[in-house]
Amino acid sequence: MRELIENALKGHRADYIEIRIEESQSTHIGYRGRELEDIAITSGRGGNVRAAFKGGWGFACFNDLSNLRDKVSQAVQQARMVGKEKTQLVPIETVVAVVPPEVTKDPGRIPLAEKKALTDQYCDALWSVPGIQTSSTSYGDGRKHIYFGNSEGAYIEQESVDVVLHISAVARDGGDVQQTSLSLGSNGDYGSIEGLHKEAEEIARKAVNLLKAPQIQGGEYTVILDPVLAGVFIHEAFGHLSEADHVYEDQRLKDIMLLGKRFGGPHLNVIDGAAIPGLRGSYMYDSEGVPSSHTYLIREGVLVGRLHSRETAAKMGESPTGNARAISYNFPPIVRMTNTFIEPGEASLDDLLAEVKDGIYAANWFGGMTSMEMFTFSSGESYRIRNGRIAETVRSVMLSGNLFSTLHNLDAVANDLSFNQGGGCGKGGQFPLPVSNGSPHIRIRNCLVGGS
Amino acid sequence: MEKLLARAAEVADEAEVYWVSRQDTPVLFEANRLKSLENRDTSGLALRIIKNGRLGHSSTNNTEDVDGLIARVLETVPFGAEAKLEMPSTQSYPHVDVYDPQVESISFDDMVQLGQSLIDGIRSRFSEVLCEARIGKSLGKMRLINSRGCDVSYKKTSFGVSVEGSLIRDTDMLFVGEGRASCRLNKDLAPIISDVLEQLELGQEIVTAPSGDVPIIFTPRGVASILVWPLMAALNGKTLLQGASPLEGKLGQRVLAEGFSLWDDPTTPYASGSRLCDDEGVPSRPLPLINKGVLSNFLYDLQTAGQARKASTGSASRSLGSLPAPSSSVILVGEGDVAYKDMLSDVKEGIIIDRLLGAGQSNILGGDFKANVLLGYKIEKGRIVGRVKNTMVSGNVYEILNDLRGVGSEAKWVWGYLKAPHIYCGKISVATSN
Repeated sequence: MRELIENALKGHRADYIEIRIEESQSTHIGYRGRELEDIAITSGRGGNVRAAFKGGWGFACFNDLSNLRDKVSQAVQQARMVGKEKTQLVPIETVVAVVPPEVTKDPGRIPLAEKKALTDQYCDALWSVPGIQTSSTSYGDGRKHIYFGNSEGAYIEQESVDVVLHISAVARDGGDVQQTSLSLGSNGDYGSIEGLHKEAEEIARKAVNLLKAPQIQGGEYTVILDPVLAGVFIHEAFGHLSEADHVYEDQRLKDIMLLGKRFGGPHLNVIDGAAIPGLRGSYMYDSEGVPSSHTYLIREGVLVGRLHSRETAAKMGESPTGNARAISYNFPPIVRMTNTFIEPGEASLDDLLAEVKDGIYAANWFGGMTSMEMFTFSSGESYRIRNGRIAETVRSVMLSGNLFSTLHNLDAVANDLSFNQGGGCGKGGQFPLPVSNGSPHIRIRNCLVGGS
Repeated sequence: MEKLLARAAEVADEAEVYWVSRQDTPVLFEANRLKSLENRDTSGLALRIIKNGRLGHSSTNNTEDVDGLIARVLETVPFGAEAKLEMPSTQSYPHVDVYDPQVESISFDDMVQLGQSLIDGIRSRFSEVLCEARIGKSLGKMRLINSRGCDVSYKKTSFGVSVEGSLIRDTDMLFVGEGRASCRLNKDLAPIISDVLEQLELGQEIVTAPSGDVPIIFTPRGVASILVWPLMAALNGKTLLQGASPLEGKLGQRVLAEGFSLWDDPTTPYASGSRLCDDEGVPSRPLPLINKGVLSNFLYDLQTAGQARKASTGSASRSLGSLPAPSSSVILVGEGDVAYKDMLSDVKEGIIIDRLLGAGQSNILGGDFKANVLLGYKIEKGRIVGRVKNTMVSGNVYEILNDLRGVGSEAKWVWGYLKAPHIYCGKISVATSN
């Protein structure tokens, strides 16, 4: 493959060219209710070429891998039709490497019958709870082998193995329908989705209990977020705006996202990094062949870094961070998060609760979105906080905030950091990209909550 | 394909081969400048079989890998779902316009020119706006053959123009945008430009949103972003079979206000979602879903229809890697007789919803939604006075559509998949932070 890629790269008139070839195989098992709906094994093979000329880009993707050289010529020709300025890519060390997958318990070695039996058991666990109307249980795994080479002489082979499990339960009372869910994922460990029978049962029980829970009145509340939801919060509320491709061509946004500017209190530290091993957003090299890193975005409340591709780093005069990621060969790499988290502080959850007379404790995630300035994220389950204690269950809440005020209102960070591995992030049509989010419990004052 | 089908038919009771290919060529603008030209050439094969009463499925985009495809489908079929379907035999199909040779022949240069004119048109009035634009054309081909003799194929073009603009002042970010797509080439940018300019103009002034329960007008985009999806989920035969549809048992009954009608019509000429047959080879036909407030049909594919002892409504949709499932194609919301300006003048204090953020995060099945207003305006004494922000709305789609005050007289396309008028309703709950 190396020879094939290197030969195809030779002798074109472009500033930069890269080729990516991808082979994949994936398994999916899906249940709707108690019934098996879909069981499939899918194999894929495809590739792409990206070329830069005078700042313009050409991109071609294909399934037919023959005549690779012609595909390179096509991408180069496209780039030449666009480019009128100057190609800027931050220089990096040329890497030649073969990266084996990080595998603890390889799902590829588990027989299909065993995967199905496990999914069956989770289904049974859900349905052991009376009052369930329907459910969805889905298991997926995939192995990907990526061959990457560029015109600077880099050649990297990377293999990765991903496992995901998604369980959701729906309870219904007349027109009232309530849903709860659980999403887990792992970089190469089938074991991480085993033994969750109790959790599946719990999900179902919560859905049934939600039917009885009251809605809360919309308005501003003090909220405490559990580590899962706090992770989604930092991803949506801040993470996306730290992606330099939103900022690098936009002078007004550059002024807003000026390094050194204060975004929160001194207890707030936010990091993104694929270099942290063993998490779902971890990797050695990004889709441009840049080594992964560990980047402080906010340190002691002050903006100190952002996430880059080679182009955004060059154009902003900052260091590369290895955050250019492509979800598959169908897309060019764009700046993405990896493992994003709030560093733990010193307080305990009880300390955070003690100062709240009336508020909301929101846990688990249902979803999250951002428009940069404004964002929303919703909880899987919620409770009222009364006089410093977690009290009755209430209907799931949707929380909404504004980048410029909500982080300042984040007034306490607990000491119990944990990561949620079940997330899939979407941007520019590339969804779901494996990422992880992490946080300890956090407290936010005056948070806007959508109510009944 | 024939060879694959013949080999599959030897080892299975029934077999179906589905082939798709697609060539997408978008021109992309970033920060008001041409950024890249792309060409995406993808294709793939899916094989579905019925063996011993069970369904097996496998797919690949390596079209030479016939052996692998058959081996994998045989590996999955012993575990497969119980087959409740009979594959269609030879059918007669309606003529549906989905191909325009002009889309195939438009050049990159012309597309670049269109994108530049679009951005220039917007910046001629608001020079500080940063635009991202996409001018894209595509050619899709599909062929389906099965062991009962069905052999259907078609090709379809698609042409789309979209633009997203951002205007940042201090820490206020205003996001505007509009797009259009159809199977036909359309170089008329004026409607898109004027729509975006209107959003920018109305968005200049930021005002405090009213709070509590207020009357609401949904723009066609607003209808698309919140009102339609919970209904489509409830109208899906699959949701119904699971017992999770709030519309269960209400066929033939009035479920929404009389002024509200909804169809799925894959025969609509040149609409992006149109097609002569669905992804299982069942002929397309217009399907009334809600007729003057009365529930008339649910959407079925072959398998769900078999389970429900109904006939397929020709609503199967599939991506290469997964089994077909019921889905809408082209959603049409019926027009009413109220002019938009008359809706406006009827409101003393209320809001207009154009775009929402996070609407899909709520309990869609029950029709409940809570969302942040990404683009919305305040109405005072029949006039739009400015844009609202840091505002959340919540409500229930069924309650809202039973509280209709008026349906607009002029439906508009939202992208290429949905056509809807303005919809004016009695109340929505609004919460805002200062």
